[in-house]
Amino acid sequence: MLYREAGQFKTSYAADMAIFPIRQDRIALIILLLFAFIGIPLLAHFQLWPLGSDYMLRAILIPFLILALAAIGVNILVGYCGQISLGSGAFMAIGAYSAYKFGTGVHIPLEFIGTEIKIAPLPVLPSILLGGLMSAIVGILFGMPSLRIKGLYLAVATLAAQFFFDWVFLRVKWFTNYAPSGSVNAPELSFFGYLVHSPIERYLLCLIFVTLFALIAKNLVRGNIGRQWMAIRDMDIAAELMGIRPLYAKLSAFAVSSFIVGVAGALWAFVYLGSWEPLAFSIDRSLQLLFMVIIGGLGSILGSFLGAAFILILPILLDQVPHALGVPISVETVSLLVFIVTGALICYLLIVEPHGFARLWSIAKEKLRLWPFPY
Amino acid sequence: MVVLGQFLEVLIGGLLAGVLYSLVALGFVLIFKASGVFNFAQGAMVLLAGLALVRSLDFMVARGIPTWAAIVLALLFAAVVMAITAALIQKLVLGPLVNQSDLSLFMATIGITFVLEGAGQMIFGSDVYPLSLFPTDAWFILDGLFEGGLLVNKLDVWGGLIAGALVAVLAIFFQRTKTGRALRAVADDHAAAESVGIPITWIWFVVWLVAGLVALTAATVWGTKLGVQFSIVFLALKALPVLIIGGFTSVPGAIVGGLIVGAGEKIAEVYLGQQIGGGIEYWFAYVLALAVLLVRPQGLFGERIIERI
Amino acid sequence: MKADVQERSGAAGAGHAVADRVIGDVLLSVENVSLAFGGVKAISDVSFDIRKGEIRAIIGPNGAGKTSMLNVINGFYHPNQGAITFKGRKRSIMRPYIAASQGISRTFQNLALFKGMSTLDNIMAGRALKMRRGLLWQALHWGPALSEEIKHREAVEKIIDFLEIQHIRKAPVGKLPYGLQKRVELGRALAMEPDLLLLDEPMAGMNLEEKKDMSRYILTVNDQLGTTVALIEHDMGVVMDISDRVVVLEYGRKIADGTPDEVQRDQRVIDAYLGISH
Repeated sequence: MLYREAGQFKTSYAADMAIFPIRQDRIALIILLLFAFIGIPLLAHFQLWPLGSDYMLRAILIPFLILALAAIGVNILVGYCGQISLGSGAFMAIGAYSAYKFGTGVHIPLEFIGTEIKIAPLPVLPSILLGGLMSAIVGILFGMPSLRIKGLYLAVATLAAQFFFDWVFLRVKWFTNYAPSGSVNAPELSFFGYLVHSPIERYLLCLIFVTLFALIAKNLVRGNIGRQWMAIRDMDIAAELMGIRPLYAKLSAFAVSSFIVGVAGALWAFVYLGSWEPLAFSIDRSLQLLFMVIIGGLGSILGSFLGAAFILILPILLDQVPHALGVPISVETVSLLVFIVTGALICYLLIVEPHGFARLWSIAKEKLRLWPFPY
Repeated sequence: MVVLGQFLEVLIGGLLAGVLYSLVALGFVLIFKASGVFNFAQGAMVLLAGLALVRSLDFMVARGIPTWAAIVLALLFAAVVMAITAALIQKLVLGPLVNQSDLSLFMATIGITFVLEGAGQMIFGSDVYPLSLFPTDAWFILDGLFEGGLLVNKLDVWGGLIAGALVAVLAIFFQRTKTGRALRAVADDHAAAESVGIPITWIWFVVWLVAGLVALTAATVWGTKLGVQFSIVFLALKALPVLIIGGFTSVPGAIVGGLIVGAGEKIAEVYLGQQIGGGIEYWFAYVLALAVLLVRPQGLFGERIIERI
Repeated sequence: MKADVQERSGAAGAGHAVADRVIGDVLLSVENVSLAFGGVKAISDVSFDIRKGEIRAIIGPNGAGKTSMLNVINGFYHPNQGAITFKGRKRSIMRPYIAASQGISRTFQNLALFKGMSTLDNIMAGRALKMRRGLLWQALHWGPALSEEIKHREAVEKIIDFLEIQHIRKAPVGKLPYGLQKRVELGRALAMEPDLLLLDEPMAGMNLEEKKDMSRYILTVNDQLGTTVALIEHDMGVVMDISDRVVVLEYGRKIADGTPDEVQRDQRVIDAYLGISH
């Protein structure tokens, strides 16, 4: 009864084009945002369930937000533009290391022409955004082959990015400021003189980034460029014959996607990890992001959140549920079970519901709208 | 002469190592040709076959079964495991996904990869298991010509011989057997093949089975070289650039591509790696493939693609 | 070139004799075009022209090279020999999106809709070329980007009204019945406001009712917007009814070119085509 759109008439195209054209959805979103921005910090502040300790914020909510952001980026490329990517981890790494370099000062000696490039350490916010920008530029470079090659061949090109940058950040000491261990520490998270330190502050910082970028991504995918991406995805030849330039559509998808993934990478390094090694952005990370997108829903911003939540919660569930049932299983078995369940779920969803959890969600809403009538 | 000797040694080592990539790439080509599926799981299949082989072998040897009999039985056991895997993949995943986009099929094989990795290690264990089916010492050849001779690993030579035998067997299978001919028909046109009464699900099962057996063959050599372990999956990923270079639909392409990648990365590592930090074997094959993609997207031996609408 | 304006002959008939409809200059001419794939010749040495404002049919048996001809015209295939002149500009090689930006739009023999998108988005995608706001404005979805979006939405809604597909506006096109998909595809082509509309078998697989509707849409577009139409069609009744001139291909060669009446009387056409199919 609560979920009805009867009586809500749209009198302008602007109203019809809104992200949530149905009033109840808008109210639900506002409540969710209020809870995320005010409720959770309050619960955490007063140490109430389920935020009695830092664990929930540190180990679940913060990584969830950052990986959801990265998944949005991957979804733009894979879900909306149909260009497969197995190298998202590399673009997170580019975002992270570029932000690190900008944050600690860039120094490129050019002795052979008797000069040098020197940029003083930048504040954290521009560093993170520049990290995204560098990732976007490299994304465009590695997107170039997509103009000549299609689909699966591109998977190999993105793998090239993955392995090449794994190596670069491991072996080219300049990127790690010649740290002997190869591990680097993030600069202090100071925003306009305010120091972000506690888990609540870190959580809010991530939340702001994710909210803003989710809104931007949603605006892009429902506008002209989003339709071009989807046109390329669904029928690239027809799209080109209709005047959609594959060059612009594909490279813009690579750029926007890599930018968002790069920003997520910088946040992952600066806010979540604090200090990190290249291993943090290996091909496992790329596959994990791809799985989030497939499970959550290809071509859905909401799905990126659902997928990220699922992939993060699955190992915890597989660990806790047998515990609760009195059959504890070893850590190693849990990690293998995660493999099996994730892989099987991917196959199952591809067969049964290729648009993932997001489509299941919208089917449920549709049912609710009509309930108690069958149609 | 020393310089030339060193170069030859690197080249031979690289070529023979490349054969290992070819062995995995062959499995990819078979499946891609017959069903259009780009099988990300080939590496996981090598791992699974290797685990099944080495664990059953160890089990039987520990119980006093003579080594030669144990090897035969273990090979049989691993072949059965691969057959069951092929049947399950066909029945549960690919059957229901018929007529889906290439992208969906590809992502499904990534899912299969994870299931195989997880299930394989859960059933057979997840340590490093040494396998010694072939000799691993080295010959020194041409020591009359070069001081100290050229070092050639016996295992690499075995790998080369096995790859050659495998290609011969596959060629006979495709050209001379009824199933092989049906398989080529399916590869050309699914619908047409089905309309003349070729049982397409059976054929696809056979393809995955053959790919599984090729994976088993690869596992015998790789397992001897590195021990059977999880990282084989990622090494096997190098078959992808091998295919890009050779062309996705070509068996000779898989062989030549493997040789090019094997020799190329060894030479690059030795002569270029030291200057830029070492370890470039890690990405060399992929970047080489990227370059090939830009110049000749269909690969060296692939067929040119005509698009229609 | 001297204006060669001629009054449309009433011969084509079938309820579409609009007095002020004029056929103008040559809009597009195909000159000695040949196309081969490897050793297979798809088109050999074909020339014809399309005049502004006319409905031009391309007919011929299966495998005559009709679709290949359309593909050459909008730049998807590059001819081995010969050239295309469109709006006075001669070219032999052109990227498809440039052909599109110069005013050629197209529907496809085997539906090439964007299956994952709604009817509305499919047709809106047809206006991609006309939308100019950059990425940053679109990211905000506000101000100029929003008003541009609304302006084009209005234009698209007119097309939706014209094609009578209001009820499927938000439905994903992949699940629509075939006849409706064909209509959406026409809508997408019309959204580009083309000067030359290429229709590849717009009525294939339709029942009589749907064919009538589709013919009506084509004629209305041609009459009221003055859009030049080139269509491939197998239904001879339709072709004879709605087209001004017909070019006939067989095995990649042109065997006849003229008004429907002339073509119908041509012995080679009767032998090659009509004789077989009827």
